Formats: sequence, structure tokens, C-alpha cells
Amino acid sequence: MLKTFPKGGVHPAENKISADSPIKKLKLPEQVAIPVDQHMGAPAKPLVSKGDKVRTGQKIAESAGFISTNIHSSVSGTVLKIDKVMDTTGYKQAAIIIKVEGDEWDESIDRSEDIVREFTAGPEDIVKKVLESGIVGLGGATFPTHVKLSVPKGKKADVFILNGAECEPYLTSDHRMMLEKGEELLTGMEIIMKALDVNKAYIGIENNKPDAIRHLEKIAADHKDIEVCALKTKYPQGGEKQLIKTLTGREVPSGGLPVDVGAVVHNVGTTFAVYEAVQKNKPLFERVVTVTGTGISGPSNFLVRIGTPVSALIEAAGGLPADCGKVINGGPMMGKALNTIDVPVTKGTSGILVIDSKGSNRREVQNCIRCARCVSVCPLGLEPYLLMSLAERSLWERCEQENILDCMECGSCSYTCPSARPLLDHIRLGKATIINLRKAKQK
Amino acid sequence: MDKNLLRVSFSPHITGDDSVRKIMYGVILAMLPAFAVSVYFFGFGALKITLVAIISAVLFEWLIQKYILKGAITILDGSAVITGMLLAFNVPSNLPLWMIIIGSLVAIGIGKMSFGGLGNNPFNPALVGRVFLHISFPVDMITWPKVSVMDFSMVDAHTGATPLSIVKEGLNNGEGFTDIINQMPVSYMDMFIGNIGGSLGEVSAIALLAGFLYMLVRKIVTWHIPVSMLGSIAIFTGILFLANPEKYADPLFHLLTGGAMLGAVFMATDMVTSPMTKKGMLIFGAGIGIITVFIRTFGAYPEGVSFAILVMNAFVPLLNRAFKPKRFGEKRS
Repeated sequence: MLKTFPKGGVHPAENKISADSPIKKLKLPEQVAIPVDQHMGAPAKPLVSKGDKVRTGQKIAESAGFISTNIHSSVSGTVLKIDKVMDTTGYKQAAIIIKVEGDEWDESIDRSEDIVREFTAGPEDIVKKVLESGIVGLGGATFPTHVKLSVPKGKKADVFILNGAECEPYLTSDHRMMLEKGEELLTGMEIIMKALDVNKAYIGIENNKPDAIRHLEKIAADHKDIEVCALKTKYPQGGEKQLIKTLTGREVPSGGLPVDVGAVVHNVGTTFAVYEAVQKNKPLFERVVTVTGTGISGPSNFLVRIGTPVSALIEAAGGLPADCGKVINGGPMMGKALNTIDVPVTKGTSGILVIDSKGSNRREVQNCIRCARCVSVCPLGLEPYLLMSLAERSLWERCEQENILDCMECGSCSYTCPSARPLLDHIRLGKATIINLRKAKQK
Repeated sequence: MDKNLLRVSFSPHITGDDSVRKIMYGVILAMLPAFAVSVYFFGFGALKITLVAIISAVLFEWLIQKYILKGAITILDGSAVITGMLLAFNVPSNLPLWMIIIGSLVAIGIGKMSFGGLGNNPFNPALVGRVFLHISFPVDMITWPKVSVMDFSMVDAHTGATPLSIVKEGLNNGEGFTDIINQMPVSYMDMFIGNIGGSLGEVSAIALLAGFLYMLVRKIVTWHIPVSMLGSIAIFTGILFLANPEKYADPLFHLLTGGAMLGAVFMATDMVTSPMTKKGMLIFGAGIGIITVFIRTFGAYPEGVSFAILVMNAFVPLLNRAFKPKRFGEKRS
């Protein structure tokens, strides 16, 4: 029997229509806008100013704290200005705008296609390199990777998990990476295992990607410490807590971190970036982005420089269809709707999904019929119907007692509700209010 | 399209294809086998009562929504049809039509709309209607027509008793259970297929089970409530039967007669009035089973399923409060 997490989950139509298109390099745009706040934590501090010449891979903004990271230029050219531009969050944020004049890479970067398997770097060197290279979680959470690689004092990790579940419908970037960059991923895993000082690793892949499972099983045969595991296709299999539970049987405690149960999880794209940083000296300035959706004539997986406008990606995949309701940054379950496609691709952009006008309509909300489907699909054992009704009545303390802060916003409840009730909208409101109330109390 | 006119909303951006209407029509489909059997055994009376109950339930819902609540009209969601149909299932097929119309009014008006309509009612509306009729018209509600296969003569001449009332009366008169069963004109097989007296939708265990199976496959209901309810009836009556097989009826008799099957499959499983968690559902079902057996064996009435379900309906808010799902990563103290 296939492994999966024990409670909850849904199975939306997979729609992996771009799964067979190999990763293509997207041509450089005329101009890039690289936001200084692309990660969780403090925004990076710009190191360049108007008129500076920069090269591809050059550090242009530096980490401003432990939870923060560096940012590198994705092109060579001239800094036009540092200005506020709309980014994928829908807010205007500071970004370094560079006029593209070419693609001259910093000469310290190894641009060859050779796979470098041997490495000598020790744990500290690896963590330093990862921070230096500006690597963050590329699954969408954008948590700085060097923080996750530094196991806190008094805690011990004993297992590393490569998250190849890619449980969001439509998205295929990790799938393509596993097929095309398998060797690099295995080396990236060995590097991460070295940094964490663990001897055991799993690769968790949903069984709707049998070619990726076969390929990695084959090439991982001589890595005795790495085990490839086929997982049942069930959303949110790729949720960190669900993946750890599935593969190790351990439950990350409420409010705790994966390392509390000795596990560290990294996404496929992140692990590849670690390989490139340590073995090729290449900082994170490009990533694979799936461009897909209803009406997209050429669903694709592009290797895209950070800062490229989303509109350029959509253009390269055949253009925005006439019937377009929403454009999503990410997958359909957890992605964020964009209010304009004139925003730059950032480190957290795993996919661009177009949804037609009809699919963008929310259905009419009806009374709760207390069918309890939201309770049975919640992978965290919460009661979404209750949280919504408590949040509607501003009963924040009760919300807290009912563990509202455990919610990871996977959306299974809203997805499954037969009355089309906006459960997750209200839960988000409750979470945000409680966090703000806590902050106010501390002051 | 102007790219500046993109729509935005929170995730998730896709939804499943389940809807209230699909669930309700699924339940109606699941009730059709039992309905067909009742028409087969009770003829025109069953057809007439059921249609009148459905039409009046839908009509009352429409009237209340249109002229009193002045809000959205939701009669097409199928829930009023279910209430009407379930109410009909709970009455004898020879009930005067004006009574079933009053029953529908009570079920929809008091049972459902006065609490705010679908989803807000604490008690199963059809059972509210049924118990109202039972208390108001006790004679008509226990005057059971005799089974007469495919009888469309429109004459309701024959009346008989239900196996439950025969046993109750016999035991009260001091007769032994074995004697009563041996003298009874119907066999366990008759009870299983529905060839017995009783409310029109409750008689056929097999047709009700077929509906249950359909709802399980469609994932409209889970097994928890019916299994715990019937299981607790079986265990409780089993203990009594083993203690004194002459004084108490055997478990199979209890499961196949009266409203046990109908209650377990279609009324206790009503989503609106049953608990939200699996643990709560198990306790809920077990409570109904135990109360039913208490009323049947020690109470004045031969049957107690309706009362048992209504009593447990009242406990649902407490059950929801007491039995939470297991939180992921809960700190064990």
C-alpha cells in the first residue's frame, strides 16, 4: 500500500498538463525588477545604487539579520533606480530595477554543464555558502534555507526529507527537475545531509509521477542512505507536517518545528539550488516556473531569471487567453491571485496559473448543512465550520482554544464545502486578528 | 481582456463538485427502494400519502420563505422533499390526508423554518412532524393497514398490528416470547423484505439497507451512526434476551421491526441534526440505540426510535463540545 498521511486531505483534479514539457530557458527581458523583500524575515539592504554596472550573479542586496538573506542580480546591465514596484503580494515594495545589457556572469561561477559529485565542504561552510547564495525555500514559503540548515542548540536532526510530492494541481516544476536534474539533486541531498549531520534521507514523490519515481530509484541505487518513497496522490501530501508524518510516523507538535521531531524537509528546487551554490558557486538568481492553466496554449516549464515580468512568461506560453478571470502566483489550492501581470517573478514563484472567467466565479454561499466534510478533510484535525462561526462572531479566545493557529491554510475545507462557504477566509481573519492582538499585548 | 481587470480572491481557487443539491438528491435516490417496496405492499395509499406529504412540505417551505421570511427561496435544494418523504415514511399508509398535511406544516414550520431554515434546526424536522401527529392523533397513527400486495383498489378496509405491538401486548399479558413469535402470522424473512404491518417506509429492512449502501458509496453518510445505533440495539437486547429469552424479544426481531432500520439509515444520519465528529457520531448512535431499547422494553410505547433520535438530537451541541477530532501534533499532557 502507498504511504500517505492518516487524516484528512482531498483529491482535486490533477491537471498536470505541462508535465511533458522539458524545462526551457526563457529569454532575458529588457528590464528586470528585483524586489529586496522576496523571503520571510527582514528585507535585504541594497548594495548598489543608480548607475552602477552589475553582472549576473553579483550580490546586489545583503542579508539584514539571521532570518533574512542575500539577493543577487539575475542579469548584467545598469541599475536604473531603486523604486517601489508592485510585486506578487499585491503591495508596492522596494525593488532594484536593472536595464538588461547582456548576460555576463560573475567569473567565479562554474557555468559548465558538468555534474560535480565530490564535495569537501563541512557543515559550517555549507551553511555559509547557502546564506551567501541567497537560497530560500522555493516551494513558495521562501523561508531562508540557511536557517533551516542550522539545527538549534540542544536539538538534533536525524532525517532529511526531499519534498518531491508536488501535491498542488497543475504545477510540474519539481516533477521536471526530478526528471532532468536527478543526479544534481542527489548530490544536493548529500550536501544537506552533511550540513545537518544526518545519515538517513527520504525522497517523497506522489505516485502520479511514476517516471520521476523510477528515474530517482534507478540513480539513487548506489546511495544507500537515500530512500525513494512513492506516496499516494492526495493533497496536501507535500505539506511539511504531513510529509514527515507519512515517512517517519512522527508528528510535529502543535506550534513546533519539524526539527523538534528530528526531521528537516526541503523542496526539490531548493535542494537543486543548494547543489548549484556549493558545487558550482552559483547564487540563486533563476528558478523553474510552471506556466499553465485553462486557455494557455503552450503549458510550459521555464527556467526564469528572478525579476522577469510575469507577463513575459505568459507571453512565452502563448499569451493571456481572451477568456481570463484570474492569474495565480502558485497553485490553485494555496496560490495568491495577482491583480496585475506586470509584477516580477520572485524566488517564491513556483507557477503561474491562468483560470478562465467561469472558473474564477465563486459559487453562491449557502447555509452550513453540518455535513462535517470540512472536519473530515482537515489534515490538522481542526473543525473549520466551528472556527468560521467563532471568527464571524469575533470570539477570538474561543478560536485560539480551538487551535486556529495550527491551520496551515491548505484550503481543503473551502475546497470541499458543498455549501461553498468561505471557511478559510474567516479562519485567516481569525488567525491574523489573534496574532495582532498578541503583538499588541506584548507592547 | 484588459490585463488590469484580473479578479482577485483568497485561495483556494478551485472547488470540489459537491453541492447541497447533489447531496439532497442523493438521499432522495437512496429512499426510492424503500418507497417502491411500500407502494408494492401498501398500494395506492402509500403513493398518495407520500406525494401529498412531499408537495405540502415543499409548498409550506415556499409559503414561509416567500411571505414570512421574505428571503431567498430554496425549495429546489431538495431538503423539503426529503422532509416530506421521511414524514410519509413514518406514518401508516391509510392516514387521512389532512393529517399528513398538518404533519408537513409542523415539520417544515416548527421543525425547520422557525429555527432559520436548512442547517439551523436542532431536531430532525420529519420526526418533529411525526411525533406531533403521534401525540395529536394517537389512534390514526397506530391504525396500521394490512399488507395487500399491489392493491390499488383505494379501499383501506383491513387493519392489522405491527410485530412490535403484537409482542409488546403479548409480553404484557404474560405470554412467552417463543409462543408469541410462533403464533405470529409473519416470519423473519417477511420482516426482512417488508411484508409486515407498520409505517409505510419502515417495513423493508433490505430496501433501507440498499439505500444505506448507496449513500455510503456516494459518501453522503459514513457508517458510524447506523452501525453504532443498530449495534447498540443488538448488544443491549442481546443481553436482555440471554438473561430471559421468554421475557425479552431477540436482537434480530428488534433490528428488523419498527423504525430501527429507517431511523438508523435515514433519520439518525441527518447531517444537520447529528454530531460533527466521528467519536460524537458513535456516542450519538449508541445513545439512540439504548434509549430505543429502553422505551421498547420498559416503556409504555411499543416503539421508541423517534423519541430516541429526538432526545439524542438535543445532545448534539454537547457531543460536539465534548468530542473533538484528534488535533495533529497535540501536546499530550
